[in-house]
Amino acid sequence: MNTLTPLFTAQPSGEATGNIWDWDFALEIFPEILTAFIQVTLLVTVVGTAIAAILGLVIAILIRVLPTPLALIVRWAANFIRMTPIVVQLLVLYYGFTWMDPLLIGFIVFGIHYATYMSEVYRAGIESVPKGQWEATKALSMSAGRTWRRVVIPQALRSTIPSLGNYAISMFKDTPFLFVISVAEMVSVAQDLGAQTFRYTEAITIAGLIFLAASYPTALLINRLEKRLAYAN
Amino acid sequence: MPTPTDPETPVIEFVDVEKRFGSNTVLKDLNFSVRRGERVTLIGPSGSGKTTILRLVMTLEELTGGYIFVDGEPLTHREKDGKRVAVSAKEQKHLRTRIGMVFQQFNLFPNMTVLENIIEAPIHVLGQSKSEATAKAHSLLEQVGLPDKANEHPMSLSGGQQQRVAIARALAMDPEILLLDEVTSALDPEVVGDVLNILRTVADTTNVTMLIVTHEMSFARDVSHKVMMFDGGRVVEEGAPEKIFSDPTHERTKQFLSAVLRDA
Repeated sequence: MNTLTPLFTAQPSGEATGNIWDWDFALEIFPEILTAFIQVTLLVTVVGTAIAAILGLVIAILIRVLPTPLALIVRWAANFIRMTPIVVQLLVLYYGFTWMDPLLIGFIVFGIHYATYMSEVYRAGIESVPKGQWEATKALSMSAGRTWRRVVIPQALRSTIPSLGNYAISMFKDTPFLFVISVAEMVSVAQDLGAQTFRYTEAITIAGLIFLAASYPTALLINRLEKRLAYAN
Repeated sequence: MPTPTDPETPVIEFVDVEKRFGSNTVLKDLNFSVRRGERVTLIGPSGSGKTTILRLVMTLEELTGGYIFVDGEPLTHREKDGKRVAVSAKEQKHLRTRIGMVFQQFNLFPNMTVLENIIEAPIHVLGQSKSEATAKAHSLLEQVGLPDKANEHPMSLSGGQQQRVAIARALAMDPEILLLDEVTSALDPEVVGDVLNILRTVADTTNVTMLIVTHEMSFARDVSHKVMMFDGGRVVEEGAPEKIFSDPTHERTKQFLSAVLRDA
């Protein structure tokens, strides 16, 4: 005995169409969702990743070169940021610094939060540089700056690219949290569009597909970059 | 800064050197000196402290007691009012640039080409121009028999080739002192000869002071002016290679030589 309504039955067309998927509606809302994606989601991810990648490296190097007490403070601060939820951090800045543009808060929070993750990746990368490399730089009397810039960082980066890329993708997928500080990122725009018409399926599916369409090529790109960075041979 | 050029000043001088790793004393009351242009080979069983001596001269290990002088100047510590006082980083670097080292594991920078490996320090430490450093690098690559490898990456070279590049890299700094730390131990037997021949040529054509740790006794006999036999962190016996290899005095030296020469 089947009391369920079949998913795809012909229904009277119009506003309250019972079709699970309406192509016309999907095409109509697509540009708006895509715009939100480019103007917010992508922008926050790109700026956030840039901040995280640079700041993460700075944190990793500071922990390594600072005198022990200062290094411990940096490490403790990084742990604190890493161990607290990104939503809480967004809200703290949002209510604490009401004069600040929410998008700017997004850049800062995503950048710093992910910098603490990336610093761990860099730390592992730096530790993977063989001791003999450091000894060679000393035997050649290379300065600390040249040693880091020309020998340690390039070699450390090689093994960190895949993990850094994965964190970038992970940040990308965290951007919907921006809704808590009223930034009109893609998912909240999609949800609003759904709420206006009670057709959530198209809106949310499109948002999901845009995420996929952006993440997947990025993952492939990271893969290629990783191969290119591998040494000759 | 004036360089003591008095030929009588030892290039390297160890005074009451002691090296401990934790509670393990590797070197104790070690006193010896090396004259300008002298080539000294350190032989002895593993763990006798030979490599540690080289690493102390290169400042890769911390000196835990005594003094090391390079060209008469203190390398790590000086005595001041009866106390051991560390020398400044600047003073140490000034001396360190006169010392070059070739490692057992080559330690070339894999992210740079062969040429970049060689010219990095001459340009950025010695302040040579890029064209000057490059010209010198090419002539050194010629000298070590790798004239066409300048733009290769180290990982695409064989072990023997990598070690020859490492020798060129060390020589590019025009060192007064060259430290050779078991430079053929990681190589395939058939390429050991090539590397040693290059070092023989360096020995014959330059006046560089060499401190050598090796298990290649025929090489030690050919190039050294002096051989020092170590055991348990002390010098058991020292002398000209002809004397040490043909007519050793100490029982320990005889045992050691008969063991290594039997293997050869």
